[in-house]
Formats: sequence, C-alpha cells, structure tokens
Amino acid sequence: METLRPILAEHPFFQNLEEHHLELIVGCASNVRFDAGDFVFRHGEQANQFYLIREGMVSLEMFVTGRGPVKVQTIGEGDILGWSWLVPPYRWMFDAHATELTRAVALDGKCLRNKSEQDHDLGYQLLKRFATVVQENLDAARLQILNIYEVSA
Amino acid sequence: MTPVFYRVLRTRQETRDTFTLDLEPPAGTEVLRFSPGQFNMLYAFGVGEVPISVSGDPGRTRSLIHTIREVGAVTHAMRKLKRGDPLGVRGPFGNSWPVEEGFDRDVVIVAGGIGLAPLRPSLYSILTHREKYGRVVLLYGTRTPDDILFRKELESWRAHLDLSVHVTVDRAMASWRGSVGAVTSIIPRARFDSSSALVMICGPEAMMRFTVLELQNHGVGLDQIYVSTERNMKCAIGFCGHCQLGPTFVCKDGPIFRYDRIQPFFEIREI
Repeated sequence: METLRPILAEHPFFQNLEEHHLELIVGCASNVRFDAGDFVFRHGEQANQFYLIREGMVSLEMFVTGRGPVKVQTIGEGDILGWSWLVPPYRWMFDAHATELTRAVALDGKCLRNKSEQDHDLGYQLLKRFATVVQENLDAARLQILNIYEVSA
Repeated sequence: MTPVFYRVLRTRQETRDTFTLDLEPPAGTEVLRFSPGQFNMLYAFGVGEVPISVSGDPGRTRSLIHTIREVGAVTHAMRKLKRGDPLGVRGPFGNSWPVEEGFDRDVVIVAGGIGLAPLRPSLYSILTHREKYGRVVLLYGTRTPDDILFRKELESWRAHLDLSVHVTVDRAMASWRGSVGAVTSIIPRARFDSSSALVMICGPEAMMRFTVLELQNHGVGLDQIYVSTERNMKCAIGFCGHCQLGPTFVCKDGPIFRYDRIQPFFEIREI
C-alpha cells in the first residue's frame, strides 16, 4: 500500500530522523485538501494537527474589530503550518484559511503527543524541529513589527 | 561640479509617499549615461540637494528617471514640481551593480521598500541580455499592498516565463491575495543555485542584515552578496567626508559593496 512515507522522508523538516521515528510519524499522517476559501482551522478551536503544505497557500489571520480579518502571515509550499498542538491548552490562536487550492499532509497531533510520551527521543526530535520553526517565525514577526520600511525625515 | 539644468518631463505618483520624475536634458544635449546602481545629486532650487539613485533603464536615452520618497524639505519640494520645472542634476556618481558578474550564473535580486528603485536598472540590464544569465529571481518586500512600487511592472515581470518574481508585504487585509511575511520568508521559496548565485540587495539596513543571514542559512557565501549602502552624502566626490563608512566614502567607493568587504562596518551602530 502506498503511504506518505516518501513525501515525509524527503521534506527538510524530517531530515535525519531515525527510521523507526519516521515510521511512527507516518502512522499519524494523512493527505488533506482545502479549496480556496476553506478554513484549515479557526481561532479558539482545539489544535490537534499540524500541516506540511505541499501545494497552495494558507493565510493566517486575526479578526480585528472595525478592520475585519487582518493577515499576519501566509504559509506556502514546503512550509510547516501550526504548532499549537504542541502546547497546552492546544487551541489555535489564529484563523487559517486556504487562499487557493491547497494540498497538505496533516499530522495528527494527539497521535504524536501520545507517541512522544511513550518515546521521549521522538518527542525531543519533534520539539527540536519545532523550536526552529517557532524561532524562524518569531524572527520574521519581529522584523514585520519593526516597520523597517518606514523612513523618518 | 555644477548642476546641469534638466526639466521635468513627467511626474508620476507611485505610492502614498513615493513619486517618479522623468527629466529631460537641456535642448541640444544628450541624457547623461549611467550604470545600474549609480546616483545623481538632484538640486531643488533654493531648497537643497539630495542623492537619488537613477531608477530608469540604462539603455533608454530620451529621459532620466528617478524615483523618490518624500521624507524631508528637499524631496517635498521635488514632489511639487510640475512639467517644465527645472531641476539641477549632478552626476552620475558612485559605482554600479556588478551585473556582468552574473553572466552564466543565477541572479537573485532582493529589494525592500524604496530599495527596488536603485535595483530596477540592473533588472532592465539583465533582461536586455537575458540569455547570458541563469535563473533570475526578484524578491521584493514592503509594508502593505498599497506601498508596492512599480506594481504594473512587477505584474508584467511576473508574467515573464524566464523571470521569477516573489512579492511579500508585512501586513495586509483579507482582500490581498499575495504573500504576507518578512522578505526573509520568501527566500526559501525561490529556486536558485545558492553555491554560485550572484545576489544583489537594497533596502533598509536591518532588512539587508536579516536577508544576508537567511541567505547564509541557504548556503550563499558572503562573497556572492552585494549590498547598496546609504549614508549622508553631500559632495558626492569623496571630499567632504560626510558619508565616510570605515575606510571608505560611500559616494565614491560605493554605494555598492561586496558584503564580505563591508561586513565589519555594516554591523557597527552609528557609524
């Protein structure tokens, strides 16, 4: 039976994982598809997945009263979407919706949390990789709020 | 060196605070020739003089084009110029983008905000000799969709099959269909040979520093990267010292430097 193993094995996020860890992760993976306009998740919902975007684009947004939905980040091909599944209380902080047809691999966060509790080496590998994702996103967010393109007289 | 009196041929509002002036030379004279990345000292009569990079096509000989952000008294006066008004021009000054070093290599152009203007001539030059280059990638970041410079031209470049254009903004409302995020976030989406690509960057210094770090993460060497620096240029010929940056004068030795040669000074505050 064809599995998502080759796709995950080739992705930089899963590079250099031990074989049995990759197998555990493949067991928690499934293919998903979102049409343009579909919500991947909504603010406040339970966060029990993360996504490896294979194709398309997802917009992270927050609804601001008086302004409507404000886009804070877009996530595209090859990117990792979502880390709230890792941190209690496991709730999404933003809305995420596909701005175009998007195909992704969904990783079941509950499944991975359970496996990580049983195998701390797996948990460490996942946390190490997500720390990089979080750091990259934090750096980018800080750069965005610096408003560096503004020039004072 | 005294200014030559050009006249405004056309003005164009590009964004809320940025405009473009097309200037024609005095009757019977040629438009001055320039290389991509060079700048002129533009003099608004009775107000003052400022260094502005040429943003037009080096191959175009009918008029001289500058794109200017309105940030002070001089540029405010320039913003008010109308067709036929005079403007003093001294130049061109400074060195140029090393576009010919990109022959047979991939070329990556990274622009932030108004930084697209000094890079546009290099893109014109590359497109004129497109067959001499490998992949050509333009990465452009700015504040909001309303601040996108040369929007129609970007759309036209994006339609080229042999040019890869990625645009991102720092923030946007839901109606924006493009990318949102720092300019560094679109670097991983670009396809180029990081071990040999020529990279040219122009934008705010913070943006350039972050961009260089991200490029390094993707295997680009510092000797492959060129940046355009901006300092307080006054005389433009290396006499007055206002634009000194370490052992160099930005107006004369720059404004474009290979990053590994400027790095120690680039990372010092208030130099």
